[in-house]
This record gives sequence, C-alpha cells and structure tokens, in this order.
Amino acid sequence: MTVQQPLPAETDKPGPDGVIKLAIMAVGGQGGGVLTRWIEALARTQGYACQATSVAGVAQRTGATIYYVEMARTGTTQPVFALAPSSGDVDILIAAEMMEAGRAIARGFVTPDRTTLIASSHRKLAISEKSVPGDGTADATEVRAAAEIAAARFICFDMEKLAVESGSVISATLFGALAASECLPFDKGAFEDAIRSGKRGVKASLLAFDAGFHACRKGVQLTGVPERSPSSSGATGPARLLDRWASLTRRVAELPEPARPIAMAGLRKVVDFMDADYGEEYLDRLAPFAVADCLGGDELTKAAAKYIANAMAYDDVIRVADLKTRASRNGRIAAEIGTGPQQILHLTEYMHPRAEEIVGMLPAGMGTRIAASPRAMARIDRWFAKGRRLRSDRLGPFLLLYALGGLKGYRRRTRRHAVEQAHLDNWLSRAASVAASDPALATEILCCGRLIKGYSDTHARGLSKFDMVLGMVDRFADRPDAASCTRRLREAALLDEGGEALSDAIRTIERA
Amino acid sequence: MAERSFKAEVEHLRLGAGETFTGEGILAITKALLESGVGYVGGYQGAPISHLMDVLADAQDLLAELGVRFEANASEAAATAMLAASVHYPIRGAVTYKGPVGVNVASDALANLSSSGVTGGALIVLGEDYGEGSSIMQERSHAFAMKSQFWLLDPRPNLPSIVRAVKQGFALSEASSTPVMLMVRIRSCHVTGQFETADNIPPPLTVRDALAEPRKDFRRVVLPPMSYAHEKDKIECRWPAAEAFIAEQTLNERFGPRQGKVGIVLQGGMYNGVIRTLQRLGLADLYGKTDVPLHVLNVTYPLVRAEMLDFAHGKDALLVVEEGQPEFIEQSIGSMLFREGVRTRLMGKDVLPMAGEYTGQVLHDGMTAFLRETAPDLLPGQVRAPNRDAPEIPDLSKTVPVRPPGFCTGCPERPIFAALKIVQRELGEHQITGDIGCHLFASLPPFEIGGSTMGYGLGPASNSAFDAGGERRAISIIGDGGFWHNGLASSIGNMVFNRADSVAVIVDNYYSAATGGQDVPSSRANNPTKATNNPISAAVRGVGVKWVREIDHTYDVPRMCEIFREALTTDYDGPKVIIASSECMLNRQRREKPLQQEAVNAGKRIVAPRFGVDEDICTGDHACIRLSGCPSLSLKKLDDPLRDDPVAHIDQTCVGCGNCGEVAEAAVLCPSFYRADIVHNPTGFEHWRAELAARLIGWLQHRRSRKSLSFGGAE
Repeated sequence: MTVQQPLPAETDKPGPDGVIKLAIMAVGGQGGGVLTRWIEALARTQGYACQATSVAGVAQRTGATIYYVEMARTGTTQPVFALAPSSGDVDILIAAEMMEAGRAIARGFVTPDRTTLIASSHRKLAISEKSVPGDGTADATEVRAAAEIAAARFICFDMEKLAVESGSVISATLFGALAASECLPFDKGAFEDAIRSGKRGVKASLLAFDAGFHACRKGVQLTGVPERSPSSSGATGPARLLDRWASLTRRVAELPEPARPIAMAGLRKVVDFMDADYGEEYLDRLAPFAVADCLGGDELTKAAAKYIANAMAYDDVIRVADLKTRASRNGRIAAEIGTGPQQILHLTEYMHPRAEEIVGMLPAGMGTRIAASPRAMARIDRWFAKGRRLRSDRLGPFLLLYALGGLKGYRRRTRRHAVEQAHLDNWLSRAASVAASDPALATEILCCGRLIKGYSDTHARGLSKFDMVLGMVDRFADRPDAASCTRRLREAALLDEGGEALSDAIRTIERA
Repeated sequence: MAERSFKAEVEHLRLGAGETFTGEGILAITKALLESGVGYVGGYQGAPISHLMDVLADAQDLLAELGVRFEANASEAAATAMLAASVHYPIRGAVTYKGPVGVNVASDALANLSSSGVTGGALIVLGEDYGEGSSIMQERSHAFAMKSQFWLLDPRPNLPSIVRAVKQGFALSEASSTPVMLMVRIRSCHVTGQFETADNIPPPLTVRDALAEPRKDFRRVVLPPMSYAHEKDKIECRWPAAEAFIAEQTLNERFGPRQGKVGIVLQGGMYNGVIRTLQRLGLADLYGKTDVPLHVLNVTYPLVRAEMLDFAHGKDALLVVEEGQPEFIEQSIGSMLFREGVRTRLMGKDVLPMAGEYTGQVLHDGMTAFLRETAPDLLPGQVRAPNRDAPEIPDLSKTVPVRPPGFCTGCPERPIFAALKIVQRELGEHQITGDIGCHLFASLPPFEIGGSTMGYGLGPASNSAFDAGGERRAISIIGDGGFWHNGLASSIGNMVFNRADSVAVIVDNYYSAATGGQDVPSSRANNPTKATNNPISAAVRGVGVKWVREIDHTYDVPRMCEIFREALTTDYDGPKVIIASSECMLNRQRREKPLQQEAVNAGKRIVAPRFGVDEDICTGDHACIRLSGCPSLSLKKLDDPLRDDPVAHIDQTCVGCGNCGEVAEAAVLCPSFYRADIVHNPTGFEHWRAELAARLIGWLQHRRSRKSLSFGGAE
C-alpha cells in the first residue's frame, strides 16, 4: 500500500479551470465502462454537469483501453468538455493494472502538479510478457518508482485481490479507493447510491467498494509472500528415515552459510523425488563445487545446489504420477477452484505419453535397444501414444497413477534414469574442469541447466539449445570473457522458442 | 442478439416535447431521427456506430408503432442502395455504417444515389473510425463527398449539436436534392450528455403506403443522356441550393469577437479540442466564450465561399484545424483567398501534423505555434516564456509492454489457430491471408498466422493469385460476418469458378462478433424479426463447393488438426472449405452465466468446468501460452528458490473452454493441466460415491506418506 500525500490541499479541489478531469486506463474486460457509468451517475446526482467518452469496438477485446470523464458544477450554460485526456491536464488517473499506470505515466497523463494516481498494484500480463520461454515479466518496481515522482498523490494497492475476495470485479474496489481518496467533492453515501442505481450485482459491488474504501483509508499492508525459512527441515516420516534426514541436513550445515538455504531446498527436492540415498548422491555431487568455491564467493556453490537438484529431479512419468496423487494436491486444488462442502469436484488429467516416455520406463538395457530402433519406436507410438484423460478423483484411474507414482524404488534401473545421469555427469564434469581456473565460467555452465525444461518437444528444444550453448563454451573457454559470453548466450536462448535470438548471439560472439 | 442490450435505454426514445434526455450520442441520434419523421432506417454494424444498429434493433417495437421500417442490411452497399426509396418518394431515410471502410463498400451505391439525386431527405450517419481506438486503415471519408458531390456534416461533438445536425441534414438534403452524410467521430458516438427532446413524428408517407402508389421517373436513372444532365444539375442547381441553405439556416457557427487579428476555421468535430486548448491558454472560459474568433464548419463539404471570405476579411492570419490527410478544406480555402486576392495568411498543416489524430497535446502545440507566430500578444506570459522546468519523469516507454487486442477468454477461434500452428509445425509454413473480424487477431503473437487483410469478406479472394496451387496450398481465413457481407460471391464463388486448389477456413462464431455480436443469416439464435439458422455449408455447397468439412466444436483440437491435415494434403485439387463453428464465448457467457447462477441457486445439479495447472509439474517453459494467449492463462512466480522462471497459472476468470487441455494433449506439451468440474447440488448417490472414493484415496495417500519422508507438501 502506498499513499503519498505531499500536496493534499491542492488536489482536493477541482482543476484550476473548475473542471475535474478524470481518466481511467484499463484492460478490456476489467469493467472500465461500469466504473465510468458510476462516476457519471454520481456527478449528475450531485449537481455536476458531466461528460464521459469511451472507445468501444474491437480495440476493447483484451487490449488497453481508456475512458475519460469531465465534470464541473452546473451553471446556467453547458460547459465545453474535451473528449479525450491531454498530457499534463488530468486531475485523477485511475489505472486498473500496474502497467496501465505505467502507460498513463509514459503518455504524460500523470503530472506532479495536479494528478492523483489511483492504481491497482496487481499485474495482468501482456502476451509479450507471458510467451517468452524465460521470465519476460515487465518490471513493476520501475513503474512504482516513476509513479512516486510523477504523481502528486499516489494511491496503490492490490485492488484486484480485494475485488475477487468480495466476489466482484475491480471496478468496484477502484470506485471505493476513489471515494476514500476524497478527490471528488462527494461523500461516501453518494458513491454507494451510484452503485445502487445500477441494476446488476449491486450487493457484491457494494462489498468490494467497501473493501477498496477501507483498504485505502486504513492503508493495508502489502500482503507479500511470507518469508519461509528454507533451512527448517520440516520433514515427517518413519523414525529410521528421519535419522537419515538429520544426518543429511548436518552435511548441508557444513556448506558455506549463504549456500545453505538453497542446498536445503535442493536436498528436499531430490529426497522427495527419490529417497535419502539420492539425497546423499546430491550432496556428493555438490561437494566438489563447494570446495572449488572456497576461495571465491558462493555463487558457484549456489548455482550448483540449484541446478544439480533440478537436473536430478527430472520430470518423468513416475514423478508426474506421484505429484498428481498426493493428498496436499487435493487441498491446493480445492482452495484454488474454490469448492465448498456442498459441491463435489471431478478432476480430469490430460496426459499424452509418447514412445519416449514409455521406453524411458523400461529397464535401461532393454530401453536402449528399443530406442535405437525407429521401427520399434513407431510401433509403440501407434499402440500407446494418444491423448489420455484420466479421472483422478475416481478410484480406478487413481490407482493407475498411484501405482506409477510408487515406482520410485525401480526408477534407478530405468533407461530414463541412465540417460539423465549420464547427461548430468557429463555436464558437471565440464563445469568441474574449469571450476578452479574460472569459477565464474563454471557457474555460468551450471546455470545453463535453466535451459532444460518442459516435456517432449519443448524438452528436446531446450536440450538442443543447451547443447548449442555448451558447444560454444568449448570453443571460447580460454577467452577471459568466457563467463559473460556464456551468460549472454543463455539469456538469448530464453528469449524465444525457435532459438533465433540464440543464433544471432552466437553469430555476434563468433565475429567478436 | 447483440453484445450490449439497449432495451432499457430505448424507453428514453419515447420522451416528448420539453423533456430532457440523458445518455450516449448514438441514442441521441436515434431520437433525432424519430423526431425528424424518418420513414425507414438501416445500416451495417461496425465500430464506432455498432451500437446505433443495436439501438435500432432494440427499438423495433417503437419503430413499428411509428410506421418506420428497420432493415439490418447485408452490407454498407445494401444499406446505401436502400436509400433509393428516397429518390422518387418524399420519404426520409437514414442508414448508418462506419467510415471510411463502410463508405468504400457503399461507394457504388453512393455514387449512383448522388447522381440520381433525392426527393425525400437521405441521411447517412457515418462513424468515422479515425485516431486512437480505431481498428482500420487511417483515411478520410471526406474524399467521397467531393467525388460524388454529396454533403458532409461534421457537427460539434455535444448532444444538442448532433441532434440539430440530424434535423438540418434532412432539410439540407431535401433543399438540395442531394444525399447528406453526417459524420461522427469515435468519441462523439459514445459521448454522454443531455438535450431537450421534441415529440416523435410518424413519417407523413410510410414506405408501406408508398407501395400503393408506385412512382418512377426515368430522368432519375443513371444512363446516358440523363447521367450527363445529373452532373450538370449537381453543379448548377444542387450545389448552389446547398450553399444557400447552409448560409440562410446558419448551419456553420461563429464564436468569439467579430473583429480580430487572427481567426481559426475548424471542423465541427474539432470544436471541443480547440476550446480546451484555448481554455488552457487562458483564451476561453469554461463555457466556450473565446477571445479568438472561430468559424466552426458544421458542414465541411461544400464550403460556403461567401462565409469564408467574410471570416477572412480584415484578419492577418487564419488557422485551419482539419484532422487527417490530405488537407482538402485548407486547400479549398487557400484557393478561395488566392482567387479573391485576399492577403490573409493561411496556416494549418504547417503547424499541425498532416497525419494522425488531433489529440489535446497536438492541438495545444499547433495552436500555440500559430499564435506565437501571428499574435504573440494574445498568449499568456507563461507560454511565451516558460520559466519553470518540468520535473524529470523516468522514461517508461521501454518498460511498459504493448497491449494489442486479442482473443477473449475461452474464445472458440483460439483452438482453430492453435491447431493451425500445430499442423504448420508438421507440414511447414503456408501462405495464409486473413480477413476482417476477430480472427484477424491470429496475425498477432502468439499465433502470428496470416500476413495480410484486404477487406471484409475478401480473405480467400486475396489469396487468389495462389489458386493454382504449388508445393504447399495457400490457406485463407474468413469469418461468418465477412462471408455473408461479401465473401460468398467474391471469395467462395471466385474460388469455385477459378477452380482454386487452395483452402478457405470459414470461422463461424454465430455472430458478427467483432462488431458487437449482431446476428447474421447463419446465427443459431431465433431472432423474432430476422431469418436466422441458414447454414453456411448449404450456401457454399450451393455455389458449387464439393469439398466441405464442418466441425461443430472447434475446441476439439485433434479433430481440428486432422481436418487441416486432410485439406492440405488431399489429392482433390478443387476448392476446399472448412467451416469451423462454435459460439462466441463472450456472447455465450453473457447469456448462460446468469441462467446457470439461477439454476445453482434453485438447487439444480449444474456442472461448471474450470482448468488448472499443477504448479509443481509445470516447468515454466510457457509453450502452452504460445499456443493460447488466453487472458485467463497467465504466469505466477513461485516461492521456491530452485525455480528461475514463473509457471503457468489459470485465474478465476477461466470459463473452462478446454483449449488448454486440448492443446497440451494435441501438441504433446506437458501433463500439468487438469480440468476441475465443480458439481453444484450433486445427487445423494454422487455424494456417496465421491465420499467413498475420497476415503479410499485418502487411505492410500496416508499409507504412502507414512512410509517415506515428506516435506509439508512443498514439493
């Protein structure tokens, strides 16, 4: 929650020319039209002349939209109002999403001499942010920082969350925040009457309005993610295994302090993936990097702790089946979907196993022989590979998944495990070989583990990008800027699916 | 059934003399039509005047009471052709569509209508789709008025002015035997305000009555020698009559002092923007009282020469505020002044930009430049010599992502393009063209399918150069709206006649969805006044297409893929038409959601589907998003130090269309997706069975967790 009020006295009044100018920036479908109608109804009932404009049509389909309202006390003649906001000439700007607040600032609609910015801090990601294979999310802190400078007053909290909790949409919480901001010379009751004059969803809207109003007044704390202490083990299980676990955690305690939380998380992940022995293997793999790292910072150990764990806990059929049949999952889904005791929930899982997954489950020797034969693979694909939907809330399909998930003990003998271990060992040995001479490069090599993710084709594409990057690393390993080159390549690889950015980056580095 | 219902607002159309109407511009226009004694109305939807069609459709009871015929015309050409009723009969008619694309389509009829001339007032209400929020190419409809010699009104954007313009438009049309176009800009259509109403007037002669006494006059037919006479008549009679009427009735308005060193000539639609700039410069008050003389052209074609010379008289300089290009009005005024030998300096596109919308900032900059050059003493000191530096605000233009429009949550077109993207991965990239409609969003990320659009219903026609086939077949997309508007003949008929070895995909979402969900002939709803339920398949077969594949559930992505594969690889070398039908989700939700809520409240058993992602199975590669782009499918940052990238997440706006799961399955993405069907008010047996299964499953889960290490559900 941010309420910044350096100039409250000035902004409580209408603009210098007697007109209050209010713009709403929203994403199509957020109820900007409803909010505009409420503001209009409010102004008219309070004896103000009011004009609103909007842009309807195809531009509204999930795109950025703008609504504009002007009002002035009614006189004998009708005031002349503008139809669109001008930069530097807006008194109140309501942004129904954080990047829309950013857009408003970028367009000059928020200025320090007059604008109160009421923005919801939540994000509604644009397609360009969501579709990159890595993390393409735009930086909301930049917008926040700019807003602190650009706005005369800045009111900002997660109004979407409050609205959803009240069973309504964000327009109502925004209206509540507008009322609480006292930017408009009308009392709370008049705002509520405006909502009541609408026909639909009055009760839920009033609830959300109230939530927005009080949140703004009281200054709710930003409900961030509570810090979880990753070092606490929090393990449960039979006493014998808990002893094993305790000895594993003691080994983690021997690592450099800054790397411990992530190593702990890694350890939990691999033990959960397989068993305590696997945890032992994890720490064995991690140890040489911690030793090599003892002279430098802790980055190498941290990277090793993270990416070795992720690689060891690869996504196979057993893991998916195990995760899909856990008790904790039921609770999470019920909370997310919002079901009560009066309703029942049917769950359908979408699976599409291919020959690769099936053969990966076979014993390593047999699996390798079959995988080498395209004809055999094609036959298996014909027999088994098709979309399968499993009703995991029913006993039969549940038992199938449950049985698959219980194959952890057998997993070490599978072909998939052999392939993954070989890949991991090869990769780690490459990192280890430079760990002493160029720890930064070793760190970057380990971080390339981030490229391998997804299933089937996506996984294959990730692997091929990984191979391309590491192939390049071999060629420039002696250069002093090897680490930064590797980083550039990895970041490029995460920019798009097809790998065009990566190919460009490779060409650039080859030329250099 | 349109996206927005005006049933409640339509009641305001019954207001009588001396009452006050409050509402949107388009409703005010409708009310003005009724107060003008209009005899028939029609048009074709398209932003920004879609809602005008919706209002007319919702007002059919009232229209019928007054004896006014309403026609939802098949296209803008059809709408304009309907105005033929005013050629011989003294009946006022009005049609509406968007400009300039609608005028492009209408131009054949419009040229004929203008040549013939009219007896009854003929009014075209044009929504000019220009500037921010527009969805079409940026052009002006003004040129059509100049080439066909009909008159163009551009009233000041407030309700009383717009209402007055409707009435004056009919009168001008009748006084000069010429059709009149009333242009309203995007924001004027949806501007809200108030005006004093008058009584509705039933048409003195209804179209029904007119049929009893048919009239004709071959002198009105566009054939030689009459067509030559029409041209002469336009210039020698109709134009002077129009100028005289405009001047006598003072359709154009003057504001500000009689005398002044400088003056501004502006289109009526620019008035509020110009006044706002003058207000900001301290040269006008809240009510529009201005220190700078203004000549407001509520009629932008033709220009009244005498008025213009009078306004220029005694002034050192004139500024023409004319939005868009080229600067027709400025050129005309320049020519008038030059011919008259007037030395007044003419400015316009030199201080204002030739291209682009005249936003507040643009006008502020341009008008300030004009005044600084020609009358600096008028400017306040602050503007002449700014002494305060504006504070430095960080540049966010690189941070803020663009947010173009896209498919709505649960849109049935999404799986069509997901399937096409999947099939292209197997068979290679194809030559693909788009059309006009929501489906054109497929050309944007994440699908990036289709690289051109040539006009409504012209998708397949725009691929016709590739009709002979080649290594890979050309694919064209067309919507049901475009299909009925123009596509059946121009695109499908063209394919048949030219033996096109290509594929056309007709996206049938049951409505003209992009324009707001108006019915088309193939709509599935029962419309009390229109004939719906005419299948597209019957139409394409009727024009001779032999290879037709229909799918009635586009969300079935594997089936969609299979049809695409077949169409692209079959040996058949004639035209291949795929009709992919599923209802527009926006309209479906609007209809079904309240009913479903009602049923749940009434204790009925209802199954509501929703999708979810198992966050610990999702690896954060976002491949699903690249095949979807659904607003409800977004990302979530996990509180897990081992994870670098955010994972997929489906929010509460999911409507359970199934695309996620289908795509994950068809493209073999990942097993993270699940469908959760919430059963409201389940039966007793269902409860019993679910509880039994839950108990057994719970026992199994407990058994496993007891035997191994677990970590509080974190992983």
